[in-house]
Amino acid sequence: MLSRTADHLFWMARYMERAENLARLLDVTWQMSMVPQAEAAVNQSWNAIIALNSLEEAFAAKYQTVNGENVLKFMVSDADNYASIYSCLRMARENAHAVRGTLTTEMWETLNSTWLEARDRQFDQIVASGIGDYFDWVKMRSSLTRGTTLGTLLQDEAYNFIRLGTLLERADNTARILDVKYHVLPTHEDEGASDFYEWGALLRSVSAFEVYRKVYRDVITPGRVAELLILNKDMPRSLHFCMNSVIKNLDLIANRQSGETARQAGLLHAQLHYARIEDILEHGLHEWLTDFMDRIYALGDGISKDFLVPSLEAA
Amino acid sequence: MNFYNEMMDANGGVRAHYKLYDEWLKATPAERIARKRAEADLAFHRVGITFAVYGEEAGKERLIPFDIIPRIIPSAEWKALQSGLRQRVKALNMFLWDVYHDQEILKAGVIPAEQVLNNAQYRPVMKGVDVPGRIYAHITGVDIVRAGAGEFYVLEDNLRVPSGVSYMLEDRKMMMRLFPELFAKHKVAPVQHYPDMLLEKLRAVSPKGVTNPTVVVLTPGAYNSAYFEHTFLAQQMGVELVEGRDLFVKDEVVYMRTTQGPQRVDVIYRRIDDDFLDPTVFRADSALGVPGILKAYQAGNVTLANAIGTGVADDKSIYPYVPDMIKFYLGEEPKLNNVPTYMCRKPDDLKYVLDHLPELVVKEVHGAGGYGMLVGPASTKEQIEHFRKLLIDKPDGYIAQPTLALSNCPTFVEEGIAPRHLDLRPFVLSSGECVNMVPGGLTRVALTKGSLVVNSSQGGGTKDTWVLED
Repeated sequence: MLSRTADHLFWMARYMERAENLARLLDVTWQMSMVPQAEAAVNQSWNAIIALNSLEEAFAAKYQTVNGENVLKFMVSDADNYASIYSCLRMARENAHAVRGTLTTEMWETLNSTWLEARDRQFDQIVASGIGDYFDWVKMRSSLTRGTTLGTLLQDEAYNFIRLGTLLERADNTARILDVKYHVLPTHEDEGASDFYEWGALLRSVSAFEVYRKVYRDVITPGRVAELLILNKDMPRSLHFCMNSVIKNLDLIANRQSGETARQAGLLHAQLHYARIEDILEHGLHEWLTDFMDRIYALGDGISKDFLVPSLEAA
Repeated sequence: MNFYNEMMDANGGVRAHYKLYDEWLKATPAERIARKRAEADLAFHRVGITFAVYGEEAGKERLIPFDIIPRIIPSAEWKALQSGLRQRVKALNMFLWDVYHDQEILKAGVIPAEQVLNNAQYRPVMKGVDVPGRIYAHITGVDIVRAGAGEFYVLEDNLRVPSGVSYMLEDRKMMMRLFPELFAKHKVAPVQHYPDMLLEKLRAVSPKGVTNPTVVVLTPGAYNSAYFEHTFLAQQMGVELVEGRDLFVKDEVVYMRTTQGPQRVDVIYRRIDDDFLDPTVFRADSALGVPGILKAYQAGNVTLANAIGTGVADDKSIYPYVPDMIKFYLGEEPKLNNVPTYMCRKPDDLKYVLDHLPELVVKEVHGAGGYGMLVGPASTKEQIEHFRKLLIDKPDGYIAQPTLALSNCPTFVEEGIAPRHLDLRPFVLSSGECVNMVPGGLTRVALTKGSLVVNSSQGGGTKDTWVLED
């Protein structure tokens, strides 16, 4: 497969996954903001979203205050914000457009019509018809894209690069959601009702509420939530699950120069496979997640150099 | 002016080959037609069959309007056209081989040598290059119009990178999807095997000694107006769609960068103009091309389709000589008419043209795409006087032709069904001795009342083209 084609497929998948996870993050923040609490606390959680994406400057250039409405506007439908859902859907579609011959008709039509619909929706309309519905719509379009990929695409290299993009992005995004929410949520375990709603909302944002119930059959505690999202190997949005799939797909596309990247991925996977949540929490969750995200970034870089944008000497 | 109507005869009766369609159209409720037309629009949008418009907002894409009344060609008419097209394209390829080798036609004085050798489209780098099968124009789009009482004329030959074939295929797919019942009633010759035929031709011209060639389609990229077609053809043929930056040349061999390392490329169906192909030889500012590709080509290590330097045969100053080429190379009488052409570099012709400017169409010799053109009957006095000056200044830069009364065909427009002018572009494929084409081609229709310009960039639309089988 052409390196450039693989590059577009990889990024098409990453942007679509990013749009979905952003919708999830915004959705949970929006829901949590409706639990009675101090205004400062609410705005702090909105601010965290801006900080998470290192968008402080771009945001400040357009808006005076950090509040729900402004952050939503900026992150949902701002065409100038390269990290908004709008921009992610556009980039997913543009990458798909560049390789549409490699995609199946169904995949292309799904991505194209998702973008056409997103492009025509103004923020005011989104709010008027319920922003929760919009987040659901984004999630559904992402699911549909994944579904047509799974249901129609030949499972060759193209498929492997799409999966790699999806899972690397998801691993990064789940880590981010956990990182940003873990700190603003109360972690003392005897707090009762408010804990339940807030941690419940976080679980729902990664579609893990029912999963949690099934796995633990017990009350919701922050430690278990972290364990589920980091270490559970069967939960499709957990870090362990993502890394399982990353090493599998990396193995299938291996070439002469990808050994080191595969080794790094294997190391990271092994760490998740054998880790205990107690050790991670003791080490400090934030530090641990930061290190994880750095290594995911490095993996993406390695994949890029080995397969997607090979230097001339390597060619 | 009287126009030949493709569907109706002079007395207002329906022509025999349109009878069944006419009955169907009359029996089909207007609401169903309206619904189907809306459905077609939606489907074209969703599938993304669009083209980019130069000069408009960057990245903007538009649909080419599709008309549901087909252009129907009876079997006998098509057979005559087909045989004329074969003859013409064969002669054009022989001409190209000749001008880049022994130049017999110039020695015989059939065409003035300076017309060819001083032509900007003549590529001296191609002299003595032995292209496989002696084929230069593997894909030719011949623009044909019907005028007067229904005679066919060749308006121009497109031997460089003719486009539009994807619309021919998508129009057919759309018609079959919208109105399957019509295809049960008519014996419409199929066209969907075009990509197979094209791949077969491309494989047939692979470099010497290559038995299982790697074929690719080379595109300028996603912002090119015909990008949809490039992806479409690559996908239909099952070959890679590459950009210049995906290719590199090492030791006069072309490779593409893949996820598994470099892979040799043998045949390139290139949709990039000569000027942009190789920045080390042609335009140095081209970011679309592949440095060193010309050397690989000259060494015979890769085949380009179409070949470099075909523009010298479809240049408007050479066009008037095509009938002479046919006689010279094939010893046959031309089966297809040329439009009578005045060559302004000849004093007698120039005088006639200057005396009759309001009736004529004047074209720049090296122009393309409808630029640098005067349509006498549709022009203002100022425009005509402007061209008069241009002609006197630089007579060898222009040719002139009578304004043709292009045929028309009923077409859906805002006020209902009305006649609109159209042309036809069959796509002719050549390799070695074989010249093939799928029946029909792309029919373009000028949607503006009275307009003779069918170009999609000027608001033209397309129609499905049916060649009826006996």
